[in-house]
Formats: sequence, structure tokens, C-alpha cells
Amino acid sequence: MNATLTGPTLAVLLIVAPLVLAIAAFLAPRFAGRFGFVNAALMPAAAAGLLAAVAESPLSYALGDWGAPLGIRLYADSLSGILLLATAVILACVTVHARGYFARSAIRSSFWPLVLFLHAALNGIFLSADVFNLYVALELLSLAAVALVALGNEAAAVAAAFRYLLASLVASLSYLLGVSLLYHGYGTLDLALLAEPGRHGAFPWAALALMTAGLAIKGALFPVHFWLPRAHAEAPAPVSALLSALVVKAPLYVLLRLWIGPFADVPQAVGELLGLLGCAAILWGSVQALRQERLKLLVAYSTVAQIGYLFLFFPLARATAVLDAVALFVLAHALAKAAMFLAAGNILACLGHDRIKELDRVAGRLPVSLAAFGVAGACLMGMPPSGNFVAKWLLVAAAFESGEWGWSLVVIAGSLLSAGYVFRVVGHAFTPEQAREGGAAISASMSVTPFLLALLALLLGLIAAPLVELVDSPLPGAATVVGR
Amino acid sequence: MNDGHAKRPGRLAATALALLVVLVFAGLVSAVLALPPTAAGLSADVGAALPRVGTDNPVTATLLAFRGYDTLLEMAVLLLAAVAIRALRHGRLPVMRSGDEILAALARVLVPVMVLVAAYLLAAGLDGPGGAFQAGAIAAAAGVLLVLAGRGLRLLDDGLAVRLGLAVGLLGFVAAGIAGMLVASAFLDYAPGRAATVMTLLEVAVAVSVALTLFEMFVSVLRCPIPGKAADAADRGRR
Amino acid sequence: MSAPLLYALVGVALFCMALHWVIACADPLRRILAVNVMSSGVFLVLVALARRVPGPSPDPVPHAMVITGIVVAVSATALAIVLASRMRSGAAGR
Repeated sequence: MNATLTGPTLAVLLIVAPLVLAIAAFLAPRFAGRFGFVNAALMPAAAAGLLAAVAESPLSYALGDWGAPLGIRLYADSLSGILLLATAVILACVTVHARGYFARSAIRSSFWPLVLFLHAALNGIFLSADVFNLYVALELLSLAAVALVALGNEAAAVAAAFRYLLASLVASLSYLLGVSLLYHGYGTLDLALLAEPGRHGAFPWAALALMTAGLAIKGALFPVHFWLPRAHAEAPAPVSALLSALVVKAPLYVLLRLWIGPFADVPQAVGELLGLLGCAAILWGSVQALRQERLKLLVAYSTVAQIGYLFLFFPLARATAVLDAVALFVLAHALAKAAMFLAAGNILACLGHDRIKELDRVAGRLPVSLAAFGVAGACLMGMPPSGNFVAKWLLVAAAFESGEWGWSLVVIAGSLLSAGYVFRVVGHAFTPEQAREGGAAISASMSVTPFLLALLALLLGLIAAPLVELVDSPLPGAATVVGR
Repeated sequence: MNDGHAKRPGRLAATALALLVVLVFAGLVSAVLALPPTAAGLSADVGAALPRVGTDNPVTATLLAFRGYDTLLEMAVLLLAAVAIRALRHGRLPVMRSGDEILAALARVLVPVMVLVAAYLLAAGLDGPGGAFQAGAIAAAAGVLLVLAGRGLRLLDDGLAVRLGLAVGLLGFVAAGIAGMLVASAFLDYAPGRAATVMTLLEVAVAVSVALTLFEMFVSVLRCPIPGKAADAADRGRR
Repeated sequence: MSAPLLYALVGVALFCMALHWVIACADPLRRILAVNVMSSGVFLVLVALARRVPGPSPDPVPHAMVITGIVVAVSATALAIVLASRMRSGAAGR
């Protein structure tokens, strides 16, 4: 294949293939699962290919050959490449798990097209360089996610899905109003053109506020995380894994792009505010996780806490390694959290409930799933050599480098609290009460997938150095980068 | 359950909310007033590129050509909504025979006119006001009127043809995109000589998908028990 | 004040009023309606400000954005209504 064609072809493939497979799964529901597997096999290879292609220099591809500002550009650098690869790998594992999880369920024929749309939306977000196009892709993502939550099908799941939908619609409209102010002030929707200095107009405060607020709601930053715990806990386990691992990261990625692009010269105080909310999220989410009585709610609140770490990017944006830290953190949390939710799903499917106090002898009945939960939990605490350890290390280093070591205290406190809630679960799982028989059997593929994900999360720290190098290198293509 | 919205908010919360909304309003007003009084936006760029796409309607050209990728994703949103609604509604449609003579007479007169208007809007869209979305919406309304009058129930079939119709808009865009990569220079690049043909085909495909999806959405909402007395009666009937 | 700005301010007002309703209301249907009014407000801002072009015809790009936005909003509304009626039937039936 022509070397110059490879990048664009792969980028288009990453968006179009899941869409085509989604259509196929919709038209031929009997084979829907197979289309899901084709996607799971194809996407990691395509994403790895794209990552290799953009490692040297970022990809900018004018769709329809129009070019900005008239047309829409696809853009990919190593940051997008890494996220695309992580998405593909996690989705592949979830696909394998979901086949067992939904084996006897009537909803499997609707699960596959929805999950394929979700994958297309995620890839579309990670590849887009146009703020309005990002709005459409974010809507595709939210609607797919809401529908998947509602597949849980019980009254609680439907109510949680409804609340999720309303929150995310308000968020989208806030973002869209920000986009329209940007467009009417600057006459372009392209991320790189918006970032050009010397565009007319004063600093777009209102647009910044509206878009940040919208993306923070979608990304479930404290205190607008209210929709997350129920939605993530009531969804079927494979869906919970996708939501916590990937779906909340997409709006954060958009926010990151805005903050290293058009809003790069935001005053420090705004970043500090987001950082403070992030700290509140870490503490509040962890304390709530400690107090939960149901396993899936505990894991969901842990997501609220972990999202807080990502917002520490904003006050520290001027430190050198902070983008690496955040990218690594997104990756590490995605792997660990997908593992935890899949393992929790196995426990729920086996016991028929997920009340933490009654997890008696899970250790004996589901050793592999419990091991996955434990290893993933150890990663969340930040045990070496996990990716979280390296990410937290980089965050603490960045905090000291900026002379704001206060942030590092919260990082450490959050780790201790997460140790608390992980040990609480693992402790109950070993209590030697009398075994109750019954419950569904868990297939080997359902046990192995969470363990594999947890193992990846644990070993991520070992390949952190090359990953960090990748994120570091290409950023000149992003036009303006703070303090580099 | 700590559902803050289910309870009536207290007076303090209500005041805080009102204050917040007023603050947002004040901020937005000042932002709108701070915008430059005149701005050309992209109208000049669109005007300059119009000859290359074979249409005189700048909005249609923007939707199908310049920002065609947005419309591709939008077709995906539309199909996704149809998939989701099909998954979440339950039960068959209560066949509506309103027996309302006036409604039936109205449908007999209006539906042909609506179909004609839809066809006109579709045809006109390439050169003037009109377009696939407007045409599709009117065609969907014609279908809804038919169903309300107790006719057109064949449209409710769950066959492959209907599903293909729901998907044809997205399929069309994907095909046009890939063709652009193979024949011309980029995804969704319509070669200059063929642009008008490609865009006409896309218009038709989008109109079919929009019409069928909007129709399906309306019917699905009917298919769900309607809140209130009718629903309770239906529930009791089912038991 | 010029007409485009006036209409844009009306759009902003609609957005804020609906924002208040969507948070303050408990009834699902009213909240769905409020979200729709909110989106109408955003679309009004987009279209009204497109009229600030010096020439005779307005900027077409915001118009295309609004058409895309309307289709997205309709899809979301349909999903919301299906979910809301599932909630009602769940509460009544189970």
C-alpha cells in the first residue's frame, strides 16, 4: 500500500468499519454477534497501524478535499492514536466477555449494533478536528451509551438511563451554544484555526465556560457527576465496563484538546478551579465508594474519584510531563476499571446479587474473577509497576515542579482511600460463611477477559516510558502547546 | 435514593438555581453583545466553492458536500435512534382504527398533496429552498396521518425492506465516501463532473431515511402505553 | 440594536428559561419539553447571528449546522420519550 495513503485510509477505516458493521448487525440480527467479533478483530490492528503512522508526524486529513475552514479535517497524533488503540483493545475484550454474558439474553441482537455505533462514535471523537463535528460525534456517543444502559431493562436501569440522557442533552446544548458563539466570533470551527493567535474578538469567555461546563457534565466531574453512579451501576456489566473505561474519557479528551488548543492561554485561576473540583471528586467519590453496599455502585463511585485525577491536568497544565501523566492515567484507569466492572458482572451473574456484605466465599467460587478484581484494585491504588503508579508519580512530580505540592497530597489521600474500598470487597470475598449453591455458571472466556485487562493494567507501567515518549514527541502539530 | 430532582427543591435550592440561571443569562447577553456587529462567516468561502459541486443552494452544498461528514454522522445518529427505539419499545402496536370519518377524509385529501410537496421539496433542494430533511419530514407526517386514520399499516412492517430504508441514508454516505477515496482524491470527495449526480442520489437516500425514521419514532411512541387513563386501561386489559 | 442581535438575545433567554425548567421540574415530559426549548434557543442564536453578513444572503454554514442539530435533537427526543413512557408503564405495571 502506498505509504502516504496509509494514515488517512486507516483513519477512515476506524470510523467507517464500525458503522458498516453496525448497519450489517441491524440488517441481519442473527449474525450480529459475528459482526461484533469482526470489529473486535479488525480495530486493534487498524488502531495500531494508525499509531505507527502518526508516531513520526501527526495526520491531518481534509475530508472531501475541501480543507479547513470550509470543510472538516480528521486529525490524529500519538495521543489520539494511543486512545484509539486502548479503545480497540478494551472493546475487543468486552466483546469476548459480552458474548458469554448475553448468551441467553434476548437483548443481544440490539446490543451489537449499539456497541458498534458506540465504537464508531469514540473513534470519531478521537479523530475529529472540528468543534461542531465533535458535537455530532458526542451525541452519537451519548445516545448509544444511554440506549445501552436502558438495555439493563429493569425499572431502575430505565430511570438511570433517562437521567443520564437528560444530563447529557443539557451538556450537549451547553457545548453547542459555546460552539455557536465561537463560530460567530471567529468564523471557523476548526480546532487548529481557532487556536491561531491574532484572531479578532476578545477572549471567548462565554464559549470557554459553556463548552467546559458541557464537557464536565458529560465527563462526570464533581459536582455534576450525579448521573454517573446509577447509570454505570444499573447497566449490564459489559456496558458498565465500556461506560466507565471509555465513554467518560471522550468528553475529557475533547476538553484536553480545547485546553491545549484554542483555550491555551486561559488564566491560571480557571485551571485551579477545575483542579479543586477534581480534588473534591477524588475525596467525595472515594468516601462514597467506601460507604456503598453494592459492588457495582462502589465501582461506579470509584470512577467518580478517578475522573478527579484527570482534572488535575488543568492547574498543572504548564508543567512538563503533565500531559503524559494524564494520557497514561486515562489508559491505566480504562484498563483497570473495565476489568473491575467485568469481574463485578461475573460475581453478580454468579451470585444473583452484588451486596458486598454477602460476597461470602466468592474467592472459592470465582477465583479468577476475584483475582482480576484484586489486581485491578491494586492498580487503582497505584501499586508499582501499574500504569497508575507511573501516572501518579508523574502527577506528583508535576505538582512539585510547579511549586504547588498541595495537589500531590490529594493524589496520595485518594490512593489510600481507594485501598480502603478495594480491601473492603476483597476482605468480604474471603469470609468463610456457608456456601449457597445456585447461580449462573461463568464461562472461561468471561473469567479470563477481566483478568487479562487487569494484567494489562498492571504491566502498563513497564511500557510507560516508550508511551510517554510517543505522547511527548508530536505536539508541534497541535499548533500551540503550553509552556513547552 | 438520593434523587435530588424527584423531590421538590427547598426554597434555598430554588433561590440558588434562580440566581445561577440569572448569572448565566447575564453572562450570555454580554457575550452576544460583545460579538462583532458584522461578520462574513464562511459565506464567501461557500460561494467561491459552489461552482465545484453543481448546486446553487449553499445550504444543501454545505450539508452534502463541504460538511458532508457531519451529515454522515447525523445519519448514524438517526439510525442509532431507530435501533435504540426498536430495542426499548415493547409489545406490538395497538392497531389504531380511530374510525374517525373526518380524519380519514382529511387524510384522503391531504396525503397526496403532502407527498407531492415532499417530492417537490426534494427536487427543488438542489437549486433553491428545500432539501432532503424538509422533504423527509413532510413525507413522515403524511405517513403519520395515514396511520392515525387507520390506513397505511403496511408501513409498520418489520421487514428487511423497512430496515434497509432506515439505513440507506448512512449507507449512501459511506458508499459516496469510499467512492471518493477510490475514484477521486479523498473520502467524501465527489469528482467535479459527477458531483451533481452523487448529491442527487444522496438527497434521495437521506430523504428516505429521514422519512422512515421520523415515522418510526412517532409510531414507537404510540406503541408505548400512553401515560394516563388510556395506558391504565390497556394495562388492565392485558392482565 | 440590530435585528440579528435581538433575535440572538431571545434565543439566549429561551435557553436560560428552559435550563431553569429542566432542573426545577420533576415531571419527565416537562423536562423533555424543556430540553427541546433549550435546543430551539441554541438554534435561534445560530441562525439569527448568521444574518450579520454584509451581503444579501445569510451565512449558510450555521443553517446547515441547525439542520444537523434538529435531526440530532429529534432523535434524542424520541429516545427520551420512549424511556419516559417505559418509566410510566414500569411504575404502573410492576
